[in-house]
Amino acid sequence: MRGPITSGAILLAGVFVFLKFILPLFTAPLPASLIYLYMTLAFSGIMLYGTMSASSLESLMGPVFRFLSGEGQSGTGKLARLAVLVLFPLLVGWQTYTSLAPSDLPPGENRTIHPAPPGEFVGLANPYQNNEANINMGKGLYAAYCSPCHGANYDGKGPAAKGFNPPPANFADPGTIAQLQESYLFWRIKKGGVGLPVEAMPWKSAMPRWEVELPDEFIWKIIMGEYDGAHQSPRTWEEDD
Amino acid sequence: MKSANQIPQSNVKNFLEKMPTLFKWVSFLSVLLLPVIAMAAGAETKAMSVEYRDVPGIGSRNLVWIVAQQHLLLAGFVLGVPIFGWVCELVGWKTKEARYDKLAKEFTKLLTSAYATTALFGGILLFLLIGLYPKLMAYLTDMFFPSFLVYCLLFLAETATLYMYWYGWDYMQGNKKAFHLFLGFLLNLFAIGIMIVPNSWATFQASPVVVGDGDAWTRAWMAMQNPTWWPVNIHRLIANVVLGGFIVGAYAGIRYLLAVSREEREHYDWMGYVGNFIGVFGMLPLPFAGYWLMREVYQYNQQMGITLMGGFLAWLFILQAMLIGVLFLGANYYFWMGITYRIPGSENSYKKPIMAMLVVLLLCLGVWMTPHTLVASLAEAQKMGGTHHPLLGVFGVMSAKMTVANIMILVTFMSFIMYWRAGKQETAGWAKAAKAIMNGLLAIAAVAVIVLGVWGYFVPAIIRINYFSVAQVLIVGFIMVTFTPLTALLLKSAKTTTEMVWGKMPIRAGYCLVLNAVMVILLMSLMGYARSSSRVHWHIYGVMRDTSEYAFSPALGYAAAFMSLNTFVYCLLVAFIFWVATLGDKAKAQQAKASMSDVPGGTPAMAGGAPSSGEKLESGILENHK
Repeated sequence: MRGPITSGAILLAGVFVFLKFILPLFTAPLPASLIYLYMTLAFSGIMLYGTMSASSLESLMGPVFRFLSGEGQSGTGKLARLAVLVLFPLLVGWQTYTSLAPSDLPPGENRTIHPAPPGEFVGLANPYQNNEANINMGKGLYAAYCSPCHGANYDGKGPAAKGFNPPPANFADPGTIAQLQESYLFWRIKKGGVGLPVEAMPWKSAMPRWEVELPDEFIWKIIMGEYDGAHQSPRTWEEDD
Repeated sequence: MKSANQIPQSNVKNFLEKMPTLFKWVSFLSVLLLPVIAMAAGAETKAMSVEYRDVPGIGSRNLVWIVAQQHLLLAGFVLGVPIFGWVCELVGWKTKEARYDKLAKEFTKLLTSAYATTALFGGILLFLLIGLYPKLMAYLTDMFFPSFLVYCLLFLAETATLYMYWYGWDYMQGNKKAFHLFLGFLLNLFAIGIMIVPNSWATFQASPVVVGDGDAWTRAWMAMQNPTWWPVNIHRLIANVVLGGFIVGAYAGIRYLLAVSREEREHYDWMGYVGNFIGVFGMLPLPFAGYWLMREVYQYNQQMGITLMGGFLAWLFILQAMLIGVLFLGANYYFWMGITYRIPGSENSYKKPIMAMLVVLLLCLGVWMTPHTLVASLAEAQKMGGTHHPLLGVFGVMSAKMTVANIMILVTFMSFIMYWRAGKQETAGWAKAAKAIMNGLLAIAAVAVIVLGVWGYFVPAIIRINYFSVAQVLIVGFIMVTFTPLTALLLKSAKTTTEMVWGKMPIRAGYCLVLNAVMVILLMSLMGYARSSSRVHWHIYGVMRDTSEYAFSPALGYAAAFMSLNTFVYCLLVAFIFWVATLGDKAKAQQAKASMSDVPGGTPAMAGGAPSSGEKLESGILENHK
């Protein structure tokens, strides 16, 4: 019968294999930060369950403490203890060194995708009626100006999308335009990537500054077309908005 | 007539000894502040043209940050403790159980010592604000002066009531108990008033409203009624109970670790349980109150809402999820340990449900802690197609967060129900049917919450916010409201199969209580910073711009260091206050030492009691660490 230490180790290894190797078979690989987060949770769970009662504590930690204390050890056991006591600090040292050593890799990115809009764009309402004619006009303008990057299906998979990093937004995803008000989109389309604040890394966005080419009317209608085409609704605070 | 010089010294000494501690503190503070007032009077004309003053080294903003946070945390404790202290007293009065009265008195003892320190920090904060931010304070004074007077009156009433409530405790027993309870009620009433009046000043800074014409009282009242005032009032009221509960739990945990007699161990084990219960009780509705507050903030100003929830402060909410997660895990862990240690022989029967609850909590926590925008290296971001994961990115939005928060609340509530039912055998004929109905309702509730959460992705945001999220809250609330009386009714006729044994919890239970308190302090420091920084470079949002050299938002790492510092300083303060409050217990402790021979094994009891067969390992570990 397996002890709690073996079971815990198998569980941790299983979680790691699932996150690192199995999940990417179906979707994009997970970043190390997320794997680390989930592994920490799994480890916490094992420790909490293993220390719930006196007997479970003894089963989980008893062998660990006995091993580390060297109580009644001889031969291989003694050698193993010595190896752990030497290797563990070395492992910590190596980990510290690798995390502090200069590297030519770019640092982890912490870009704010939806930063706060400037004050002058807050509370703006779409001045055009949400009717079929305006929506269709918006969709036409979208097809001409936006779909090369954001895709004919509003899913961020236009023919030019592969050339950009970060990729164009996927409007069909409920985590994008559905979370935002129309005035927000108006700001992003009008001012483009260069209009982003520092935390959103304006140098990383290839979104054109459409105010140079399109009148405000076109932008508002494109917004209507986008929401309708992506089957999403803008965030509002009144149901009749 | 005698002059002051002629008063015998012994009389002065006697008077000083008899003077209440709080009064001594206030007098001391007044003497300290006299030079400040004199300086302020002298500099009156100069002050009119000064907008800011700075403090060399630390900087004015940092100093105000520390003092304001300390004052807020102390005030949270002072306003939270009387609520459940009074409820405890009421329970003791109704059930005629003296231990509840004793516990309520112990809570109030902590309160009296903390009260003076809170006032002290309030005074320091006020003078710092007047000195360092004269322009802002002149504006706020002009707007809110009548409410300042109300605040002063409330403070006087609160102080007088607290005196009578605390010093009259032993005197107002028996027939006079009802009056004492009335005083406790008044104390809470004034305390809530003391909280909501200054809340209006702070919330006005975040969500100012247009104030029309009228006299000073009308204008102040209009300014007070800003959109975030009541959401903050409710959120703070609940959070204060949580803070008070967990701090009292930590106090009990430490006293439990230091206990030398069986009676002390039993008492502080029970007090720790009550503290944890109060903390959990408050924690259950807290996410709903927070959600309401954020909704109001978002609705008031999209820019502020996005700055908080999606902009540069969004990472604070991931940290918040981590801290709340530790709190949920810590509180449940304490409940579960209570079952295995306090109810002998129950460990095997509860292993499976505990494991199931733990797994659900961890899964929910995993979802709650998953950010919308992930931290990824360039290579990882390229593989994901951006910093937004195509599959797990759906966990980053509110629909997912609200769903798991509700499930975690359900699990925690069921943890408590399980603890309540442990060691008892229901005898009522309808018990089986009632339990089946409860299990069915629980399953339906969990499924409904999840379905609404998933459905929330496919409806307009306003439908999710106004209906789905509210429905989720109502479902969880329904379970709580129906299960609590039903369980009480079931247990009324139940027979006890195993008596609950107090004073047997292990050492880690005491540390768990302390950890929970530290987490809640850190959490309040974190969200205090979030609320304050959401105004970005405005003293009063959109009205009065911050033109000082500190008109920038500090980096998150810098802010996190300050939150940690604030938490550490507060823990030191609380430790000092509690140490002072329990100085009188030393004599009792001496007596208790004499009764050490009562302790099994004849050794001073570490938490969890003297070593017994099942706990030898823990004692061994402790010995090794000595």
